[in-house]
Amino acid sequence: MEEQDKILHEVTSQEYKFGFVSDYEMDTIPKGLSEDVIRMISAKKNEPEFMLEFRLEAYRKWLKMPMPDWAYLKIPPIDFQDIIYYAAPKKKPQYESLDEVDPELIETFNKLGIPLEEQKVLAGVAVDAVIDSVSVKTTFKETLAEKGIIFCAFSEAVQEHPDLVKKYLGSAVPTSDNFFAALNSAVFSDGSFCYIPKGVRCPMELSTYFRINAAGTGQFERTLIVAEDDSYVSYLEGCTAPMRDENQLHAAIVEIIALDRAEVKYSTVQNWYPGNKEGKGGVYNFVTKRGICRGESSKISWTQVETGSAITWKYPSCILMGDNSVGEFNSVAVTNNYQQADTGTKMIHIGKNTKSTIISKGISAGKSDNSYRGLVKVLPGAVNSRNFSQCDSLLLGSTCGAHTFPYIEVGNKSSVVEHEATTSKIGEDQIFYCNQRGISTEDAIGMIVNGYAKEVLNKLPMEFAVEAQKLLQISLEGSVG
Amino acid sequence: MTMTANKIALSERYTALFHANRARLDEGSSNLINRMRDIAIKRFEKVGIPGFKNEDYKYTNLERVFDQDYRHILEYEKVDIDLNEAFRCDVPQLDTHVVLLVNGWYYAKNQPLQNLPKGVVVGSLQEVANEQPELVQDYLNRQAGLSEDPIVALNTALAKDGFFLYVPDHVVLEKPIQVINLMRAEDAVFATQRNLIVVGKNSQAKVIFCDHTLSARDFLTNNVTEVFVGEDAVADVYTVQNQDNQANSINSSFFKQGANSNLLTSVATLHGGLIRNNLKVEFAGEHAEANVYGMSFTDKKQHVDNFTNIEHAYPNCLSNQVYKNVLDEDSVGAFTGRIHVVRDAQKTNAFQRNNNVLLTDSAKMNTKPQLIIDADDVKCSHGATVGQIDEEALFYLRARGIGESDARMMLMNAFAHEVVQNIRVEPLRDRIDELVEKRLRGELARCHSCDMS
Repeated sequence: MEEQDKILHEVTSQEYKFGFVSDYEMDTIPKGLSEDVIRMISAKKNEPEFMLEFRLEAYRKWLKMPMPDWAYLKIPPIDFQDIIYYAAPKKKPQYESLDEVDPELIETFNKLGIPLEEQKVLAGVAVDAVIDSVSVKTTFKETLAEKGIIFCAFSEAVQEHPDLVKKYLGSAVPTSDNFFAALNSAVFSDGSFCYIPKGVRCPMELSTYFRINAAGTGQFERTLIVAEDDSYVSYLEGCTAPMRDENQLHAAIVEIIALDRAEVKYSTVQNWYPGNKEGKGGVYNFVTKRGICRGESSKISWTQVETGSAITWKYPSCILMGDNSVGEFNSVAVTNNYQQADTGTKMIHIGKNTKSTIISKGISAGKSDNSYRGLVKVLPGAVNSRNFSQCDSLLLGSTCGAHTFPYIEVGNKSSVVEHEATTSKIGEDQIFYCNQRGISTEDAIGMIVNGYAKEVLNKLPMEFAVEAQKLLQISLEGSVG
Repeated sequence: MTMTANKIALSERYTALFHANRARLDEGSSNLINRMRDIAIKRFEKVGIPGFKNEDYKYTNLERVFDQDYRHILEYEKVDIDLNEAFRCDVPQLDTHVVLLVNGWYYAKNQPLQNLPKGVVVGSLQEVANEQPELVQDYLNRQAGLSEDPIVALNTALAKDGFFLYVPDHVVLEKPIQVINLMRAEDAVFATQRNLIVVGKNSQAKVIFCDHTLSARDFLTNNVTEVFVGEDAVADVYTVQNQDNQANSINSSFFKQGANSNLLTSVATLHGGLIRNNLKVEFAGEHAEANVYGMSFTDKKQHVDNFTNIEHAYPNCLSNQVYKNVLDEDSVGAFTGRIHVVRDAQKTNAFQRNNNVLLTDSAKMNTKPQLIIDADDVKCSHGATVGQIDEEALFYLRARGIGESDARMMLMNAFAHEVVQNIRVEPLRDRIDELVEKRLRGELARCHSCDMS
């Protein structure tokens, strides 16, 4: 027991290793939110009229919405007038090569381990780095352009491909979808835009790295991915934030549209600053992610590893409109100390013969609360649909909580929906078995947790799987109570 | 959350009814019952009749059934025929003490029960609360009073009578008590019934509730049952719901179990209109065990919603839930099962399963199993499925020369039998098996005369 306490102490006193602040000049606007602020954001970004309309419509809807309180989360009141809604690195880079980039920025990327530089070419990842909601650098743009793939900052897409943006923006997540989606639609500053033309298989993983840097700012980025007929793309998203005593708000939107036979794979490793071990500070992560399988036989899969954030409120969803379309959700959510997570998915079956799979692994330690919340809805027209859901929770210590709230709604006789959930702790016999073979308790727990999460980690692209595995180890190894 | 105009008007109608009839409600009732009314009506007023925006009533909209012109039965009404005569028990082997209630009231001409063990009290809640308040005061509203449910509060505000059973410590009540709840009126009626069952330490009792209608009118019953199971006691509570499809009911049952106690409760819903069954089990000591079962067979426009909440407040307890539904035609089913393991309720075992079969494309099933776990050394699981009869099993039977409809019937019977088999009263078990088969064949009458008693 003493040893376990020691290990637990070690783990809970782990420093957040991404908690540095980069000192580059920021271009910010005054705190607060009003129509004027929205006009100012839109003007700063030199946006066409339709974007301003989109923002204002969202803002007006947002004003009428109450803050949602249904999640199993204790959310302290948020003063939305006390947030800076726009913060951009001042020297907005328009670089030809990395040499011209602000060295401070490069330093940041190096600390983050973002493969921006030449040596990372081998890694074969095209990165769009977003700092404080403004896209600063997109790599491999030319290579991608040859194939007709558009991968750029959202603001750039607004300028250069307004037709595409206008056509798809808000089609998966309408402005009035929910409180945080409306807020994001009103104030989002930047994000990534990705367009894969017909029949193109994206030759490399596309990646966005998000970072909140400036103090007192909220981050509101927006990602839009459109996959045309018979195309394929795998997309990665990573995020970090500096350590601060105050809570920072992050309300993002990701929209995916998959047309006939297209496949989109979206992977996230979310590692926002979770607050210190007393639960002070940390990022409030309220994210709306939704994909529409609009075409027949299209496929969208979400894979997420959630280790950060003080509060996570996130439900990556699939709307399976096209016949034979497929939705997948694979998640590992880890909470420690005073973190709270309420995360899961929605699978809405509309088309015939649609299939969805949900694998959710929750791990809670410390004094944290970890909830799975999911909806599987089969409409009467979605004949022969199939869903399988499995939600497992692992409890490490007697002061944490693990909760499951699935909703299943089935409206026809030919569909089959299965859900199962279990909650348990690491068996003493498992630890004993490892100890007996000369494996220390700490290593044994690391092994068991990694084995437990393996089903999901295996779905991550290679580069991410390694990082995710490390993150899991940092967050949890040895924390058995 | 803003209440819709209609909802306010609807809820106000019921509060107005309460205030207008305050004196009549108190009349004849013990102060034990009357003193709870004011707090309860305030609690009801706060939430009102729950609409679909109320998370606990997400899948069952009560506004529809409350929004009717009911006559409220606020005092006992004489019945013009002898109900003892109207019922003929067609299961002679089911040897029970029979007690009748009509429109929520203890029937005045109930035959006196013979050979009850010493100290056992069976009777009308109103009467016992007046005559032997010491049997009631420590129990009445001790569980329901903590509920947040506005419908339970409305019951507390309006209740005057219901079934009462008291089994003292160390007494085994061999013969089950069969409580037959009848609805009989020539107009639309709203009935409020309040039951209280106390099973003392180291005692045993079995109660069978049968809900029936004697006339096809719009009925709404708001039923609350509180059951106290003492330490080391064993209690069985069975409910068979077989009412006319115009009869709607909301049944809220609260169980409190002492250490080492054992509870088995099972509800079978055969016919009826909108039925909502709320069930709460709370452990008040270690090593208690609760087995909770339910099944429903619905067709036409029936709506059945089972809502369970098992509160594991003490370590080393076991709970086990199995709910099964077969939905035909345009019926709608719902299930919500919540298991809450509080901090330090270690070594808890809590299992839950909900299986549903949809027979048509217009039937709909909503299920919402939930686990809220705040202790680590526990084994908890839930599983929910919505599907059809296994085609392979069907093929297996047909390959052996069994006709398709017979094969389906066998499989559905087997599906239901998993719930039925747990009934600990053998004749009742056989009878329910039989009723289920009749129900599946469509031969079961929509209870005007009773099949059950």
